[in-house]
Amino acid sequence: MALDVLIVDDSAAIRKILLRVLAQTELTIGQIFEAGDGVEALKALEAQKVGLVLSDINMPNMDGLQLLTSVRARPEWNDIPVIMITTEGSQAKVLEAVQMGAQGYVRKPFTAEQIKEKISACLGQPTH
Amino acid sequence: MVLPLTNDEIAGIIRAVTENVFSTMLGVQVQPGGMTVHTIMADQTEGVVAFVGFTGNWTGSGSIRCNGQSACIIGGKLLMTDFAEVNEEVLDALGEVANMIIGNFKDEAACKLGPLALSTPTVIHGNSFHTRNWNGQSWITVPFTCEGESFEIKICLVPGNAVREPLRPAGLAVRQ
Repeated sequence: MALDVLIVDDSAAIRKILLRVLAQTELTIGQIFEAGDGVEALKALEAQKVGLVLSDINMPNMDGLQLLTSVRARPEWNDIPVIMITTEGSQAKVLEAVQMGAQGYVRKPFTAEQIKEKISACLGQPTH
Repeated sequence: MVLPLTNDEIAGIIRAVTENVFSTMLGVQVQPGGMTVHTIMADQTEGVVAFVGFTGNWTGSGSIRCNGQSACIIGGKLLMTDFAEVNEEVLDALGEVANMIIGNFKDEAACKLGPLALSTPTVIHGNSFHTRNWNGQSWITVPFTCEGESFEIKICLVPGNAVREPLRPAGLAVRQ
């Protein structure tokens, strides 16, 4: 079954890089949706449930942790794996994100392999 | 309130995080130059500056500054695309490079400075402009070269409760 993915980052550059990383995986990727902040991400999820969310933390309007809270508060979205990909590298932030329900945490700068490994661990299937 | 990091320590962190960001995300090595301290950036005839602000017990900003050609090369390496001129993609890429460098600087310096929050990046591209800090506060600058091009990373830090003089010009001026 194809995996639909939502990429949430206010940087178009990071969204483009993550699109490229997803294309390199051996996963069967279905649709990929992009959002520039948490508000856009919630709208995207309302329109189409996805199987994986890759989200930045520091974003305007609604940040990644607020988005994570909103996703975990909705029973129909509660099972969606969310991986945070962010420059926020403090242990406190990592712990906060994990306690709020993030399945993975990748600090920028990242390699393609780090992203693939984290996706693989979240989904329980190899990505390469 | 005395900054709990020396200028050399700040420059050392700048070098380490910049080398890490460029080698990991852009796949290139950078060569750092010597650190300088000054209050006004040299006039720039054409170029790009991407700022990220700090807030917390210490406030200020960090930035990357380069000419348009260097910006195209940095953006091109990040996005694996060739750019002939500075466009929205290049500016976004420079903003993200600044975000990663300054974000990692913040985390590396947290043991001395305490927790800091970051602003989202602001990117400026233009001709004939100079930049300055409020109240003449100093930037610590480390220049780098990368594949024949050059850029600078700058950090300015002041106490979070520093009293600011009112009615002084803001940080960016366009020369007439």
